Amino acid sequence: MEFAELIKTPRVDNVVLHRPFYPAVEGTLCLTGHHLILSSRQDNTEELWLLHSNIDSIEKRFVGSLGTIIIKCKDLRIIQLDIPGMEECLNIASSIEALSTLDSITLMYPFFYRPMFEVVEDGWHTFLPEREFKLLSSVTKEWRLSYINKDFSVCPSYPPIVTVPSCIDDEALRKVATFRHGGRFPVLSYYHEKNGMVMIRSSQPLTSTNGRRCKEDEQLINATLGPGKRGYIIDTRSLNVAQQARAKGGGFEQEAHYPQWRRIHKSIERYHILQESLIKLVEACNDQSHNMDRWLSKLEASNWLTHIKEILTTACLAVQCIDREGASVLIHGTEGTDSTLQVTSLAQIILEPRCRTIRGFEALIEREWLQAGHPFQQRCAQSAYSNSKQKWEAPVFFLFLDCVWQILRQFPCSFEFNEHFLIMLFEHSYASQFGTFLGNNESERCKLKLQQKTMSLWSWVNRPSELNKFINPLFEANSLVIWPSVAPQSLQLWEGVFLRWNRSSKYLDEAYDEMINIIEYNKELQAKDNCF
Amino acid sequence: MLSTHISLEDTPTLYSAPSSSTKRSYIWRLKVEQVKLLDRFSTSNKSLTGTLYLTATHLLFIDSLQKETWILHHHIAAVEKLALTTAGCPLVIQCKNFRIVHFIVPRERDCHDIYNSLLQLSRQAKYEDLYAFSYNPKQNESEQIQGWQLIDLAEEYRRMDVPNLNWKLSDANRDYKICETYPRDLYVPRAANKPTIVGSSKFRSKGRFPVLSYYHQDKQAAICRCSQPLSGFSARCLEDEHMLQAINKANPSNRYMYVMDTRPKHRMQSWWASKKDIGRIVVRISSKIWRDEKIRESDEKARLNAMANRAAGKGYENEDNYSNIRFQFVGIENIHVMRTSLQKLLEVNGTKGLSVSDFFSGLESSGWLRHIKAVLDAAIFLAKVLIEKDWISFGHKFSDRCGHLDGDPKEVSPVFTQFLECVWHLTEQFPQAFEYNEAFLLQIHEHVHSCQFGNFLGNCQKEREDLKLREKTYSLWPFLLDDQEKYLNPFYTPSSQKFTVLEPNTVPFNFKFWRNMYHQFDRTLHPRQSVFKLIMNKNDQNKQLEKEIKELESKIKQQKTRHTDTVLTKESLHCIHADSPALKPSLCFKKEQTLLPVNDAIRTIEGSNTADNRYSEYAEEFSKTEPAVVSLEYGVARMTC
Repeated sequence: MEFAELIKTPRVDNVVLHRPFYPAVEGTLCLTGHHLILSSRQDNTEELWLLHSNIDSIEKRFVGSLGTIIIKCKDLRIIQLDIPGMEECLNIASSIEALSTLDSITLMYPFFYRPMFEVVEDGWHTFLPEREFKLLSSVTKEWRLSYINKDFSVCPSYPPIVTVPSCIDDEALRKVATFRHGGRFPVLSYYHEKNGMVMIRSSQPLTSTNGRRCKEDEQLINATLGPGKRGYIIDTRSLNVAQQARAKGGGFEQEAHYPQWRRIHKSIERYHILQESLIKLVEACNDQSHNMDRWLSKLEASNWLTHIKEILTTACLAVQCIDREGASVLIHGTEGTDSTLQVTSLAQIILEPRCRTIRGFEALIEREWLQAGHPFQQRCAQSAYSNSKQKWEAPVFFLFLDCVWQILRQFPCSFEFNEHFLIMLFEHSYASQFGTFLGNNESERCKLKLQQKTMSLWSWVNRPSELNKFINPLFEANSLVIWPSVAPQSLQLWEGVFLRWNRSSKYLDEAYDEMINIIEYNKELQAKDNCF
Repeated sequence: MLSTHISLEDTPTLYSAPSSSTKRSYIWRLKVEQVKLLDRFSTSNKSLTGTLYLTATHLLFIDSLQKETWILHHHIAAVEKLALTTAGCPLVIQCKNFRIVHFIVPRERDCHDIYNSLLQLSRQAKYEDLYAFSYNPKQNESEQIQGWQLIDLAEEYRRMDVPNLNWKLSDANRDYKICETYPRDLYVPRAANKPTIVGSSKFRSKGRFPVLSYYHQDKQAAICRCSQPLSGFSARCLEDEHMLQAINKANPSNRYMYVMDTRPKHRMQSWWASKKDIGRIVVRISSKIWRDEKIRESDEKARLNAMANRAAGKGYENEDNYSNIRFQFVGIENIHVMRTSLQKLLEVNGTKGLSVSDFFSGLESSGWLRHIKAVLDAAIFLAKVLIEKDWISFGHKFSDRCGHLDGDPKEVSPVFTQFLECVWHLTEQFPQAFEYNEAFLLQIHEHVHSCQFGNFLGNCQKEREDLKLREKTYSLWPFLLDDQEKYLNPFYTPSSQKFTVLEPNTVPFNFKFWRNMYHQFDRTLHPRQSVFKLIMNKNDQNKQLEKEIKELESKIKQQKTRHTDTVLTKESLHCIHADSPALKPSLCFKKEQTLLPVNDAIRTIEGSNTADNRYSEYAEEFSKTEPAVVSLEYGVARMTC
């Protein structure tokens, strides 16, 4: 298919662009295969360069022959184009619609994008599981790498290489995989060096109503505990939901069969419930005509902060088991690709200082989200303005980033990165010129040959010139476990994302710059002082 | 009752911060041991055991970790004895600074004693019993006098260029004959003569006739304030009309004058409905809320115009009685609505295991943020200048305010707290526009209730004079100024022109719950690291370094000149630079002294321990709410995490 077929009108003059914080500007609108470009003719600079894949929904209106297209983006921005001529307007609208909803992944921009920068370090090879494992093998011999999934046959959503207990062989793993939803057998997520406790994750066991058992599964899970030790299984579903899952073949670990383990149920919402929360919240934020009561009740009704609280609480609970109780933890929900990953990744941020550096955080996303098989393609297909309401769309990763932001707010000096880094990740997970967030798992990414055909986000981000923008000037490495407060009074709306296009952050930005100045000046003075 | 001494290393820093930290003895009137202090938010009744003392001025609790909790009696808003439990007799103390403590006293008789003593101690009938009259910060007399002279209202008005062509100082109220609750010195339009003033004051509630509150030099516009007119049956008062006309004339650059009524329209309407039979009359309303700063208006084009009152009414529109006057309603509720609203808010927030949605519905139903928004909206409409830069720099801001502050804590507290909260919202929106920081606002709030200083006592200037506050008590401002390092905003940019007039955004999403005020004592709810503190430290460090570098540079310069006088070679200069014995040791010494403590302070992280957090209790909650699971599959609920 040629893009030209989809572009009915490639160019319209005298289009007026309205967008947040800028005066309306008139210019020429051009459509290319992947971008919508508006250029004001005066100085030949582009006023707008918008990726079609960033467009969440469009609306068109007519007043006489003047058409108006309202474009709502996945990064929550809303812009408006006034296009003279009804035909042009209709053509543009239908072209944008077609181009922003391309079915085939290989037609997406990352496959066409040619970077203008020199690649210093190829992001596709920055975070290899072997390298991560080297760190682990230097402290313990109880874990090994298994290549059992190298052709993705045992578990389609797992990466080719996983970390499992040394004493469990691949044959046993194969059997365990048949007992776990989607073949996601328990694998190592995090090893707590301080006390040797571990966090493992999996999907639900397929016990079904007749209470099926799997000896190898019990062996594997017990193998992660030391002799006489106890562990906690944190199920991210409520007991009710977990019990209902048995009817569909799923279920949970019966404690009779896993006597060393104690099970805790926490309820983290999934799928469309999260998506609806996002839609409601964004709607509330965009309507400035609300009075105070209406705003507060809409904020409450969105339940967004309730989700944040649930996720953070569960993560903290896992951390508490590991760090305070000295117990290992197994975490799973149903598929083990959503709430499970939110909990395991947040727990690591709270526990492990390395995850609070930029490199460490990138490695965490690579390990706990991309390799662990979070279906980005499905979850991030649409954002808050879409009407499609597909069951698989959900802001799971977005919620994770919001949770990280909440912790960052409470520990502003403990993270190497700043809020902009999180916002950047949010944007790229929904629409990007890079291949990192394409595909639903490693298997799909392999088939798409992303490593050969697209550029990794990390190749771009980790260049010093880019990285500069994301560095937190307040950062001072802190080796402690950082316990966030999860009380409602301590949680806040992430204004940097939700109010980003609704109110100017000019004064806040200026204060931020002033803060950087003070810190820079301090460094300068210290350097000067040391010279004497 | 026995009297004994408690010896303490530290004085109660939180409350009487200004006093020196020498070893001091307190005489206690009551001592009870084995008292438990409950964690307010804990669902597991976590507690600390310790000893409770009552002194003449404070309640003191020293727990087993030797941590001291001081509560000034004047801060106590309510004491409640709850039903006896097996552990003892619970006693809940609510403070005006939003601290809530929950004690369990083992013996009921002790509890009763504490309860009665507190009731007695926290409610002083006479001004002379207040802490301010016994508080002695060891200042000498001249310091005391200076302290009171720090803020001079006449000087404040001179800065606004008043008196001038249009406004004059009136001596009408010299003996507080016209209005008891106004200060002696009042500024009125030049055109207003004494009979006009007297007549107008008779028409206004409590004699509070329109006087100048703020004059905007550039725009030649003024904000005036007054109380409600006493319309009654004789709905008109010629002198009052003259007064308003005089005010209008005193603002020659503006055609219209705006009268702003700070009450919600529905109140006005119901009032109107009930008085309908009175006839054609002008319905003018007022409320007692902003007794200190009532009226102000501005003209439509935001050119700030002058005068008024929050009174309005049908009659006005036809401009029969008052020409060139426009009315504006702003829905600010009265003081009682405000108080209930805040109470509701605090109640919800005190709930154990509060859920996010309960928090927000509490925030909504309390209506607190709605009131805050209304007040701020009013301030904006009125005078975009109200929050003018100059005005808010140290001390100035509150001089006016506090000079007139109503000292009856029950009447005033929510209003003043609200005012502080509005200012806080502005500091959040304009982080660089204010010279002071949040700690300053909190400290002022603290002392409005502490009765430790004379500033906030009494209801009006007359009363304050009668109380001889200036001789008998101390002023708060010098203490705040002494400590001003602590209250300075590191981001403040005084030179910038952009902050002369702030234009705050009052879309609801800009209003947040002020956690640091309403939960200032609940440390576990606060961010664990403070950017503010860190930047303040950096700023201090910068100043020290600058000084140090300057000294070193001048020393080098001296050395240089001395050496160029004697030896004129470059090499010798190098030598001096590298190992001049005079420079090196002193430098090292200095550096260790200045830099280390600063860094230490930055590294401390509060609350890095699960005991301070909430999630431990969620797990416990789980075992309580779903006991079936626990007993069914695990036996006893042994789990502690």
